[in-house]
Amino acid sequence: MSVLVYIDQSDNHVKKSAYEVLTYGAKLAAQMGTTAAGIILGKVNDNLAELGKYGVTTIHQVSQESLNQLDTQVAAKIIADAAQAIGATVLVFSQNHSGKAIAARVAARLKAGLVAGAAGLPDTSNGFVVKKTVFSGKAFANISINSPIKVIALNPNSISAVAGEGSATVAELNISVNAPKVTITAVNKITGEIPLTEADIVVSGGRGLKGPENWGVLLDLAKVLGAGTACSRPVGDAHWRPHHEHVGQTGVQVAPNLYIALGISGAIQHLAGVNRSKVMVVINKDPEAPFFKAADYGIVGDLFDIVPQMTAEIKKIKGIA
Amino acid sequence: MKILVCISKTPDTTTKIAFKDGNTQLDENGVQWIINPYDEWYSLVRAIELKEKDPSAIIHLVTVGGADCDPIIRKALALGGDEAFRINADSADSYFIAAQIADLANKNGYDLILTGKEAIDYNSAAIGGMVAELVGAPYLSLATLFELSGNTATITREIEGGEEVATVDLPVVVSCQKGMAEQRIPNMRGIMAARTKPLQVIEPAAVDTLTSIVGFELPPAKAGCKMVAADNVAELVRLLHEEAKAF
Repeated sequence: MSVLVYIDQSDNHVKKSAYEVLTYGAKLAAQMGTTAAGIILGKVNDNLAELGKYGVTTIHQVSQESLNQLDTQVAAKIIADAAQAIGATVLVFSQNHSGKAIAARVAARLKAGLVAGAAGLPDTSNGFVVKKTVFSGKAFANISINSPIKVIALNPNSISAVAGEGSATVAELNISVNAPKVTITAVNKITGEIPLTEADIVVSGGRGLKGPENWGVLLDLAKVLGAGTACSRPVGDAHWRPHHEHVGQTGVQVAPNLYIALGISGAIQHLAGVNRSKVMVVINKDPEAPFFKAADYGIVGDLFDIVPQMTAEIKKIKGIA
Repeated sequence: MKILVCISKTPDTTTKIAFKDGNTQLDENGVQWIINPYDEWYSLVRAIELKEKDPSAIIHLVTVGGADCDPIIRKALALGGDEAFRINADSADSYFIAAQIADLANKNGYDLILTGKEAIDYNSAAIGGMVAELVGAPYLSLATLFELSGNTATITREIEGGEEVATVDLPVVVSCQKGMAEQRIPNMRGIMAARTKPLQVIEPAAVDTLTSIVGFELPPAKAGCKMVAADNVAELVRLLHEEAKAF
């Protein structure tokens, strides 16, 4: 009985979401009176022993370079085999792009009950009940996992990574690796931008900006905050901004610490993609905009006046000239 | 080529969610049911486009649910598709649903299985990956483009902070999202044709359920929006910095 955490990597570095799931796995292990270990596939340039500061004792690595290109079928077999080899009974993933695909495969392979989109630690006082978001963030469901092996995929940004002291033992796992069936022929990363799903702060614009030529005020604000930039569906559909910036029910779902909505009315489909944000700020000239009902802070007014003032005030606080 | 499109019945995107029976059941009163948008707009329409290019292709639709799913699957047939299967069981959990679909897939042998990137009710995004594992096929999730040349698919998919292009030989399971296809509306000919297309109701395979729903909760009500005057932007920034500690 132990906890095994999948450590996601990209470009030879451990991803930010991995620190969250390592923290989660360590806390869960403490709650269950057991230990947590991590598993990482492929080669990375980071010092894996340092991941011990998140509370895991061992990092199992399968360091074949071919594993840096993800084939979920190959990865799921390795992780499931590793879980059985070390006797892990709870597996933890991030519910991020790759994590949700691998978690589902591993759960099916091990015939393990899955809670995908967990919002917090399980209640283990009577059984094993995990809270997850449902109906696109409009509600939560408490799900009991009834199988001996359990798989949890944790929503990104639902807990904070907590680094303490400690060092983990890094051990190479001796597991047979199947040949991949998927060949990755190109990777196009959007350079110079903060990935939306990993951003602590997101600044988002809607039709209230009136046209793509007006995005400068939003970009200036995002720059001083170190924020990711997003947009509403009509803006994406009109090609004012690239598709990948569209947040909402049918776009990207985000859960940053701070979400600033500029000129977005707040249709229910938009809210479904952003309602897990911790603090929501709305600037809109229409006092009847539904977004004000969901927001924490708001100003009714002309965003073209207000946003440059916000940028200037934030610069003052941050001491940026 | 045989294509299987997985269809889920979900509440409309504008549904106000409420629960009943001590928060153990969704209150279905006034809920409009639709085809899960990702299943309809992206995976089903992309399958129809593939058949338009290659008329020898056969499209099967599958859903797991009771007779209340029939209007949804008929609507999907009105858009396109040759034949539908409804596996007559409550959709108990992801594993149960995926195992039913995999059972049908293993019997019928599909070259391509398409799902939406997630269902908008439980948001688990798990069915595609589980089906792929259970049929022993590769899985490409969050696809925005799908092109086929002979037996090889070229798939563009979203990754964190960008996209990647992958090639894979069929059979493959793909979860679909925006970009794959453009939403269509069923026309009268399709609606008439759908009435006579075969919809087979089949009994579920014996599969365990691994999870159960204990209950639902609504998020705690917001304390309300703190409004700041438009001529006092400095106060808003101060509140965000000092009170909310948001930056």
